[in-house]
Amino acid sequence: MTPPATVDRPALGRPPALLVVPAVVAVVLLVLPLVGLVSRSPWTRLPELLGDPDVRSALVLSLGVATTTAVLCVLLGLPLAWLLARVEVPGKGVLRALVTVPLVLPPVVAGVALLASLGRNGLLGAPLRETFGVTIPFTTTAVVLAHTFVALPFFVLSAEGALRAAGREYDAVAATLGAGRWRAFRTVTLPLVLPGVLAGTLLAWARSLGEFGATITFAGNYPGISQTMPLLVFEKLQREPEAAYATSLVLLAVSVLVLGLLRERWLGALR
Amino acid sequence: MRAVAVVLVALATLTACGGSGRSGGSGAEDVTLDVLAASSLTESFEALAEDFEADNPGVTVRLSLGSSSALAQQVTEGAPADVLATADLPSMELAGDDVAAATEFATNELVLVTPSDDPGGISSLDDLADAQFVTCVDSAPCGALADQLLEDAGVTAEPVSREADVKAVLAKVTSGEVDAGFVYVTDAVAAGDEVRRVEVPGAADLPARYAVATVTEAREPELAEAWVDLVLGEDGQQALADAGFGPPVDGSP
Repeated sequence: MTPPATVDRPALGRPPALLVVPAVVAVVLLVLPLVGLVSRSPWTRLPELLGDPDVRSALVLSLGVATTTAVLCVLLGLPLAWLLARVEVPGKGVLRALVTVPLVLPPVVAGVALLASLGRNGLLGAPLRETFGVTIPFTTTAVVLAHTFVALPFFVLSAEGALRAAGREYDAVAATLGAGRWRAFRTVTLPLVLPGVLAGTLLAWARSLGEFGATITFAGNYPGISQTMPLLVFEKLQREPEAAYATSLVLLAVSVLVLGLLRERWLGALR
Repeated sequence: MRAVAVVLVALATLTACGGSGRSGGSGAEDVTLDVLAASSLTESFEALAEDFEADNPGVTVRLSLGSSSALAQQVTEGAPADVLATADLPSMELAGDDVAAATEFATNELVLVTPSDDPGGISSLDDLADAQFVTCVDSAPCGALADQLLEDAGVTAEPVSREADVKAVLAKVTSGEVDAGFVYVTDAVAAGDEVRRVEVPGAADLPARYAVATVTEAREPELAEAWVDLVLGEDGQQALADAGFGPPVDGSP
């Protein structure tokens, strides 16, 4: 995983300033905002601020939506990853490119695309509404849909990577021993790729927790229904900056936790 | 020394900021005037900006439009700003000592709008009970007023979403994503045929009071004063009236 530590031998000379200076600037750029957030946070009032009903409902909603999104990503993404890794379907390259698009799509554009397809006047949204009276935008369902749309590619890519690394030989061996494809997948492939799948799940979960643009565009902003933590931070910053800082701090803590989990347990599986 | 050059480039990149750092405002040089204004002022201030640029060669007016409270917050955070115009007085107070004394310059009132084909069949506030409608966030004046109007009318219906500012509410209505939304009369005027108006009883008694002030740390103090004078002057008041604004509460500004 990590290359062996190299020692700066005198023969190599001093590290050139041309490389060191921008590196230091990069470190400052990356670390300073975090230091700023921590230093400006109202530590003493933290319990009181986080006890605010709006903050509580946003936290509950965010955690619930992130978990639902992660579960959906596993249920839908694992079969797709398996298809991409193990089955010869025509036009697989195109399919892979298509399902990766939301990964690089600006989140707001993702929201607009969801409105155009599932909004009240959308491609599928309009018939849905006329036939069943179902409207998707401005509901918690819309939040989960938006988050799954942006998080699924993260999961699929990391699960597919794990499936490729696990190799097909085991499948072949299982087949010679009389296991069908489903049984081989369940008892042989899945345990092998579990670390990669877990890492992908965590990535999807973290991506959902930080989602802003697609949520506010497609699901709106209403406490308890669609106001997730990032939306709350955005709104609170206008009236109660302290509440925004406190909430940001919680999100920062969760991010650090996710990073820790990934590094400790599963980062190797992603390689 | 290449290293020095690298440091300089890196520093320049880090400290680069938009706009001109120069002050002066003589009008003979290229300067930018940053006007932060409530999003309901979009059309009227854009028209005034054209007049202002014509009267002051070399000056570019940069409008930053959003929710009043968000803009006030930006001023206190030290965003580049010369003038702040809010749709309510509390937001102006939020900016505290970062702005000079504020003057009221216009009023506005809330109205309920629906898409022109009225999918929700809205003819009064009571119809909102089983319709999808949106308002501004309650920290924005348009949201606070909408809450007050609903409360006064005894309507307990809740919006499906609270949008960041009034233009976002209008967009949700004109795109047909919702049955109705609370916007200002001026937004309804600007939207023209795209929306249908539903008068809200009591809206006239709850006007949104607009205030304008120069920012204490303005980089272009003279131009900022000139902008405020334009807004309070005859041409400015005419442009505002054309957009559907009412006169300030205490008569003439």
